[in-house]
Amino acid sequence: MTLEELNKIKNDYEELVLVRKVVKEQGEKLAEKTGYRKQVLVCGGTGCTSSGSKKVLAALENSLKENGIEDEILVVRTGCFGLCSLGPIMIVYPEGAFYSQATPEGVERIVKEHLVEGKVVTDLLYQETVHTDGSILSLSETSFYKKQLRIALRNCGVIDPENIKEYIAMEGYQALAKALTTMTPDEVIQEVLDSGLRGRGGGGFPTGRKWSFARASQGDVKYVCCNADEGDPGAFMDRSILEGDPQCIIEAMIIAGYAIGAHHGFVYVRAEYPIAVERLRIAIEQAKEYGFLGKNIFGSGFDFDMEIRLGAGAFVCGEETALMTSIEGNRGEPHPRPPFPAVKGLFGKPTVLNNVETYANIAQIILRGSEWYSSIGTEKSRGTKVFALGGKINNVGLVEIPMGTTLREIVEEIGGGIPNGKKFKAAQTGGPSGGCIPAEHIDTPIDYDSLLAIGSMMGSGGMIIIDEDTCMVDIAKFYLEFTVDESCGKCTPCRVGTQRLLQYLDKITKGNGEPEDLEKIEELAQHMQKSSLCALGQTAPNPILSTMKFFKDEYIAHIEDKKCPAGVCKSLIRYEIIPDKCKGCTLCARKCPVGAISGTVKEPHVIDSKKCIKCGVCMQNCRFGAIHTV
Amino acid sequence: MAEKTLPAFQGTPEQQQKLQEVIEQNKQLPGALLPVLHEAQEIYGYLPIEVQQMVADGLGVSLSEVYGVATFYSRFSLTPKGKHRISVCLGTACYVKGADKILAEVEKKLGIKSGECTADGLFSIDSCRCVGACGLAPVMMIDEDVYGKLTPAEVDKIIDKYLAEEGGSN
Repeated sequence: MTLEELNKIKNDYEELVLVRKVVKEQGEKLAEKTGYRKQVLVCGGTGCTSSGSKKVLAALENSLKENGIEDEILVVRTGCFGLCSLGPIMIVYPEGAFYSQATPEGVERIVKEHLVEGKVVTDLLYQETVHTDGSILSLSETSFYKKQLRIALRNCGVIDPENIKEYIAMEGYQALAKALTTMTPDEVIQEVLDSGLRGRGGGGFPTGRKWSFARASQGDVKYVCCNADEGDPGAFMDRSILEGDPQCIIEAMIIAGYAIGAHHGFVYVRAEYPIAVERLRIAIEQAKEYGFLGKNIFGSGFDFDMEIRLGAGAFVCGEETALMTSIEGNRGEPHPRPPFPAVKGLFGKPTVLNNVETYANIAQIILRGSEWYSSIGTEKSRGTKVFALGGKINNVGLVEIPMGTTLREIVEEIGGGIPNGKKFKAAQTGGPSGGCIPAEHIDTPIDYDSLLAIGSMMGSGGMIIIDEDTCMVDIAKFYLEFTVDESCGKCTPCRVGTQRLLQYLDKITKGNGEPEDLEKIEELAQHMQKSSLCALGQTAPNPILSTMKFFKDEYIAHIEDKKCPAGVCKSLIRYEIIPDKCKGCTLCARKCPVGAISGTVKEPHVIDSKKCIKCGVCMQNCRFGAIHTV
Repeated sequence: MAEKTLPAFQGTPEQQQKLQEVIEQNKQLPGALLPVLHEAQEIYGYLPIEVQQMVADGLGVSLSEVYGVATFYSRFSLTPKGKHRISVCLGTACYVKGADKILAEVEKKLGIKSGECTADGLFSIDSCRCVGACGLAPVMMIDEDVYGKLTPAEVDKIIDKYLAEEGGSN
């Protein structure tokens, strides 16, 4: 592959892909040139696949054939668009008509009315994109996308991840060509250093510094690794990037290899991500075929090859030393640093290990320059961050925001607020290693240092929105159960400490807590932070410490009043029937599995709290809202 | 716990042949044990001690090393799984939307606990940490199919559907 050949592919395919990026009128002109009247993009990410996008795709292809227009319409299966809760998602270009929750039946109408007759099926569109006058908004104008800035996700939901030509059309491998043919390794590292890019896996260590350490290490064999073992429950940023734009990771790893002097790369990815693994596999094959992987890349004399290694479900393997131990074929246990991986890493050789999202920024930094990149974000946190927005929020999905965007903007504008008119209580970031941001800090800018300052952390990008129905002691217990499960057991502070912390929380949520327990928790937490071997143990107390800091009243209510204010902790609540609301329909009495409810027809019923097992079935089934917890 | 009820190992010569091929292909690979165990579990459905022994012999490592790795990772199972594997997501997004009630309903419906397999070998239940379908929380997977936005009542209906299919085919 030469630069001329690369540019030829880019020119040949550019218009085809640009139809999906430019505004409507320009898009129409472009579409005429491409030979396809319209393009239909169907999301093939995990979220939409789970909602049935495969059936939608099959129905679409079938219907196009039935109507005899399969040669005029290009169907593209893309990665994640971001709005996972509205899946399966389908977009028709050049109009940019955004169809949400598509069904095979709906698809038949879309083909007939929209693709054949040219009339957009307004009632099947995502309603936020429909103006009152019937005209449609483009996706980038909706409140979900308006405040986003997509750098790492730039190709997700735009290109076909299984077609390297579409990646090349969007400037793919231009950065690699630039680095290999016009820059020295030191210049590449300097560019990354100047960009201010920090590790997106949660640590926030400057990427350029990591690379310069590995470059400085002596050794003829070095390695480049990619951490795609996304273990934080509720986070799916890395998966979406691998599913939507796998080539950008390959390109970045080759650049990293050139910068530090490595010729072999490993991607360590969760086996639980079958779609991501498959697309990455296809992407590596195509990159080899086109000569981006292999010998003498772009005639520069530089060689690079890479392979995939599957994780096997161990959260601790997200820690860098544990991850490398796992690639070596062992139990994935961490070991003390120093020596740091940059000096002695995989198979004892100098190694650079970065997270998927970190790599996703590299090609753009090389191509557009560090000055451009560092102009985005805040002084100490440059660029953007991808978050997997989940929990009690209307627009569940994937968002990428410039650093410094406030939590309020994410929750109220991008996220579209809390469902069912409930109140925002907190956002949890950083998963089992992180903490929460309470409502009083909703105007905190999202960047590494502001989050640390209020006792939370950026984390890898999981952001769970919590409303007033969630008990903060219970959520801390949930995370501790997770870390107890996932502690590898190698060091005592983590193995025993997490269990002791969980015992305290268990005691408190069962109503047996004592006031001095809180002090004991704090003391134990400090020991764990100081003496655990790796970040898993060091950060395991964070969910408790941050909930204790901001929601101490809830802990005190559990300990002193023996009450759970959110009505979650079973031992501390009672189910009661409100006599005024009960119509005596007998449904609850029939549904109760233990016969704890009695009463006569058309008379208010009562619950015998001695028999009640607090399963909540009565409350779920009551049609009059007559059952509540006290 | 599981040892008492563990069924006898019933590997076929074909399975053994396949495993030997996998071992041969990967023998020279640095860090071969994990990739080989992934494939072995693919072939046998689980990793009984007999399979671990074959892997140990094939790769020239001790059984204790294979056992150590097989028990470290949650994806590897030393006990057989049901014909239909139910996996209830207990990731954070699902948890705050009531995944614990979904798991309780599945357990009640099948009369077994998470990590167990029904006596007829039809169903096994596991909990998992995030299948990445957070937009559909709470979620469970049965085999490769994802069921989202669940309520306990729907769980009942879904499992009934599988039961009916199984009843019909017998």
